[in-house]
Amino acid sequence: MNLFSVRQLQYFQCGPVDIEIKAAECIGISGESGSGKSLLLRALADLDDHQGKIMLDDIEQHDICAHQWRKKVALLSAETQWWFDTVAQHFTSLPSQQLEALGFNQDVSDWSISRLSSGEKQRLGLLRLLENKPEVLLLDEPTANLDKKNTQLFEKFVLNYLENNSACAIWVGHDVQQLQRICHRRYDIDNGQLVSV
Amino acid sequence: MLIELSAFDLSLAAVLVLLLGLLSGYMKLGIASQLYIAAARTTVQLLLIGLVLKAIFASTSFLFVVLISVVMVSVAGWEILSRQKRKLKGWWGFGISAGSLFVSSFLITILCLFTVIQADPWYHPQYAIPLLGMLLGNTMTGIALGMDRLVQTAWQQRPVIEQRLMLGDTADQAIAEIRRDAMRSGMIPIINSMAAAGLVSLPGMMTGQILAGAAPVEAVKYQILIMFMITAGTGFGVITVLWLISKRLFDDRERLCFKRLLKLEKDAH
Repeated sequence: MNLFSVRQLQYFQCGPVDIEIKAAECIGISGESGSGKSLLLRALADLDDHQGKIMLDDIEQHDICAHQWRKKVALLSAETQWWFDTVAQHFTSLPSQQLEALGFNQDVSDWSISRLSSGEKQRLGLLRLLENKPEVLLLDEPTANLDKKNTQLFEKFVLNYLENNSACAIWVGHDVQQLQRICHRRYDIDNGQLVSV
Repeated sequence: MLIELSAFDLSLAAVLVLLLGLLSGYMKLGIASQLYIAAARTTVQLLLIGLVLKAIFASTSFLFVVLISVVMVSVAGWEILSRQKRKLKGWWGFGISAGSLFVSSFLITILCLFTVIQADPWYHPQYAIPLLGMLLGNTMTGIALGMDRLVQTAWQQRPVIEQRLMLGDTADQAIAEIRRDAMRSGMIPIINSMAAAGLVSLPGMMTGQILAGAAPVEAVKYQILIMFMITAGTGFGVITVLWLISKRLFDDRERLCFKRLLKLEKDAH
């Protein structure tokens, strides 16, 4: 991709929101709980009703099927869901290189879902999402449940992915230092409007 | 020889239902009022139909048969709807359940009347009405179970369905497993009764015919015919309902659309 652009986006009582993100860019969004950060990501992934124009290069959101859009513009929600019994059943393949990069051993694939901690679910959730090779990553407080070491692994992994696949990301989070560290631009959501920081 | 039932025999059975209701009330299972209403209805409705059945069977007016059939299908559709915990808004709930009964029971009855029974006239109420009644009575159970299971499970598993959508599944893929479960729920009663027929249970219609003096093998043939028709009717009915409802649960952008369901009242059922 080259450009992900959002124009006059209105969702629920929020907006209008305008953003443009280029390849390999990561932008950060923070704001109080209930300010509509998660809803913004859901609208971008076309999971909620909204108005406005959302374009990925020259493809408009409504020009392609919703499920195809969601493969390109992928949302990692704050709480990932797992419905089969083991980790491996949720993946088509689990490359050991990627597992290691996120701090896992190869044997994680045999683990049953019930023993995963919320932090493990987030990291595996990212791997699962990246199987679709998305061009835009929408990350909703992705490291909220991770310790310092795993947070760093996670950040590095995402930034590498953006670089190697010329993808871009919107990172929603509360940790201002983290957003300063990894994001090219930062915004606050205030009264449903994006305010550049 | 027919043993006649006295009022005492019936009240003995009624006491059992009453006890069941009391126990359910005591354990807060919340089925008592529904149970009592259904029991009262069965008494009143059967007594009434017993009084007029002779007159209905004697008539051969086509319009009259159509009218009765329409009433039967509508009531069955209404009953399916009132067994649902979460209903679709507007006419969708009734439309889908009555529509699926029409596809399953109604059309199968007509097919059977034309090809198997071949009475003269083909809509002779003595055959058409009981046949339709048996089909409706049995298919509506399966349809009500399947429908309730689909909507309830989808409601409870909303996060999983949405997660699958986020991973790029189509609406169809995201609800496929829930639909499979619902299909199983809808079909289990009829599969059970086919599997147990003759070994565990002697189906009522067949037993009735034999008690009334029909040749057992003839009665058995009728029973098999009816069982297969009920199975086909239930299956096609449940499939229709599941297909229509799972369409209705998503909008054209493959988003879950629970705003199309009625809000649950606080102590409904």
